[in-house]
Amino acid sequence: MEDKTPFINVLISLGDDHLILGHRLSEWCGHAPMLEEDLSMPNMALDLLGQARNLYGYAVELEAKGRTEDDVAFLRSDREYKNILMVERPNGDFAHTILRQFYFAAYMKLFWESVLKNGDGRLQEFAAKASKELAYHIRHCGEWVVRLGDGTEESAARMKAAVDALHPYTNELFDVTPDFQHCIDGGLLPEPATLRADWDASVEQVFQQAFLSVPEVPFPQTGGRTGHHTEAFGHLLSELQYMQRAYPGLTW
Amino acid sequence: MSIETTPLWEVFIRSRNGLNHKHVGSLHAADSNLAVQSARDVYTRREEGNSIWVVRSDQIIASDPDRSGENFEPAADKIYRHPSFYDIPDDVGHM
Repeated sequence: MEDKTPFINVLISLGDDHLILGHRLSEWCGHAPMLEEDLSMPNMALDLLGQARNLYGYAVELEAKGRTEDDVAFLRSDREYKNILMVERPNGDFAHTILRQFYFAAYMKLFWESVLKNGDGRLQEFAAKASKELAYHIRHCGEWVVRLGDGTEESAARMKAAVDALHPYTNELFDVTPDFQHCIDGGLLPEPATLRADWDASVEQVFQQAFLSVPEVPFPQTGGRTGHHTEAFGHLLSELQYMQRAYPGLTW
Repeated sequence: MSIETTPLWEVFIRSRNGLNHKHVGSLHAADSNLAVQSARDVYTRREEGNSIWVVRSDQIIASDPDRSGENFEPAADKIYRHPSFYDIPDDVGHM
């Protein structure tokens, strides 16, 4: 029988992207700059958690070792999480958060659309719903990037600072681990390099309206896919995992 | 967020095809695009509708509350205006 481990590992790493970004977004709940965004950001966070659940659920089903999606989400150590670094970065200000969301959604939408054309059958079931959700994330976050970039002197400065801080983390979206390559070769997943031109174009389109430019990135920040995280990640996990660590098996 | 940069908008939601858009509340937004998006986030999270209208609150012309006497009270004693004095045949069904 074919070894499913590479595919399971990739599903979990993609699930990690969604869980960690969803968790970061949820930190805004009750702290957003206006009530409207206080609902909008947790809405998007819930979309991401739903997608994480799909990915984890599929992974543990293939694994068939009795783990649940909650075990994967809450009971691993930091090095076992394989999310890209961008999603674990502290939220920063609203401009940082909204830009990160835009970068991620713009990539994942292309990813799911590509899965729909040619990818694993079960992932295609997730893809239809996810790409609708992400289309909204792109629209909403893109609108804000434009408004802040083309807003007041202060909002434009904050938007530019966000681009400078986060753009170096975007290359990791397209990183291909050996496990990922195995899945590409097996026709389960799209090749991220083929999504690059469209991603660049969607970023460029919004940046033009926002009077932003794509910065040069001499040193791309990577490491999450191999479990090498930033300092912020341990703090994030301690909060994310607290409940299950303190009260093992707790349910609603 | 100041009122100048994010004015107030009134939100109307149509719950199903064929029904009217109904006023559900208001929100602040920088412009019409963001107003529709915020309306989606604030007022349709529980499948409340399939269509959204927004309109700037300051674009709504309202009747004067001080004139509600002359506006509305004359209708109070004209019960014959209600079409409730007919026997509706069963065949007509729900009207």
